[in-house]
Amino acid sequence: MIPAPFDYVRPGELEDALKILSEREGDAKILSGGYSLLPLMKLRLAQPALLVDLRDITGLDAIVETDDDLRIGAKATHRRIHENETIARYPLLHDVSGGIGDPQVRNWGTIGGSVAHADPASDWPAALLAANARIVCRGQNGERIVEARDFFLDTFTTAIEPTEILTEIRFWRRPRGQGGAYTKLERRVGDFATAGVAAIIRLGDGGSIGFAGIGVTGVSDSPFAATDAEAALAGQRPSDDVFRAAGEAAAGMSRPVSDIRGPVDYKRAMVAELTVRSLRKAVERALAYS
Amino acid sequence: MTTQHITLTVNGEARDADVEPRLLLVHLLRDVFGLTGTHIGCDTSNCGACTIHVNGQSAKSCTMLAVQADGAEVRTIEGMVAGTELHPLQQAFWDQHGLQCGFCTPGMIMQAAWLLDQNPQPSEAEIRAGISGNLCRCTGYVNIVKAIQQAAGELQASASAPAAAGEAVAAEA
Repeated sequence: MIPAPFDYVRPGELEDALKILSEREGDAKILSGGYSLLPLMKLRLAQPALLVDLRDITGLDAIVETDDDLRIGAKATHRRIHENETIARYPLLHDVSGGIGDPQVRNWGTIGGSVAHADPASDWPAALLAANARIVCRGQNGERIVEARDFFLDTFTTAIEPTEILTEIRFWRRPRGQGGAYTKLERRVGDFATAGVAAIIRLGDGGSIGFAGIGVTGVSDSPFAATDAEAALAGQRPSDDVFRAAGEAAAGMSRPVSDIRGPVDYKRAMVAELTVRSLRKAVERALAYS
Repeated sequence: MTTQHITLTVNGEARDADVEPRLLLVHLLRDVFGLTGTHIGCDTSNCGACTIHVNGQSAKSCTMLAVQADGAEVRTIEGMVAGTELHPLQQAFWDQHGLQCGFCTPGMIMQAAWLLDQNPQPSEAEIRAGISGNLCRCTGYVNIVKAIQQAAGELQASASAPAAAGEAVAAEA
């Protein structure tokens, strides 16, 4: 399969890339690892007139903790994130980065590419939603920070402007008493998630749930925050009964379609179960980090 | 559509070509450079038959553009043999019957070489996870795993005995 013809540029500076995007507004696509975009171009579901390759732009792949944040550069590959020492203390991100695609995909695919691509069954968006992450979009006139919960608008559609480049993802620095987990169901290694659930739990005083974040992927037009499940968890003491109620709430918010990966009822049931499993792990990890 | 001039190193040899931006790296290797050892299986980045190394990292060459490899060091299955001596992985696939039809073999060996480079003594589970992006339609995974285990042992032995012959190849893998 051969992509439709396109032009290709590989600027060395971010400013140059942004200038090109402005001049070719709507015509150009950003190329990072290519493992999401190129398959779509080969199927001719995407036919950009120009690819702007970020390969030679340095400084977009750092993984650093600040006083408040954990910041991950858009060009950090899934593999580098998974193997990073700091990320070892962020179990949700460690789970997600180790399970995307297969080893070759993780060698080249990047967090920024996955997030900007916004496949409705991709893994990173669920984690960003659960963690209330923020997405840095850079344009010629400076940076704009978009909340993950305002970012994923529809299938392959995000709040990023055609003249902007996603440069960084900001997670909140992990406080004591917080844990996260990601659980997904896939038919086989490398397949997109049939369903996937990311959970973050912060235990408050007395062991009740102070904060709960739940992100769900694979079962809607775009990944979503299961706010009903979060409401069912807030203030409760962790227990399987509470987790089941949250699972049912997350399943209730899912809008899966029946396809090769299973019928609607099955997918809803899987969302409920995966929610319970992610919550169990997240709480276990929160307790271990108290 | 203008073509672009690219230069890259393939199996240690400097190469260049004028390519359309849409030319896939696997087509550059096979159709332009005549290196047909790299196979095209699914053409959708699922099967791993087209696995090669780009700057030391395993990659699916059906999901990379030739222009993305401009300036890169590329290694294919043709670059594994040292003169007439098979790479320990190639020999191990032979010894352990790690192939039936052989179609997945070049990609399987390149992925295994990358895996052993990252993790010289992988467990069976680590081997299976390491080749999880490579499909064998003959389902010959048991012998593929055995072959990788054999090669891991030999590469380790030769790494600890650097005076023996042929080990430069192993160390490079």
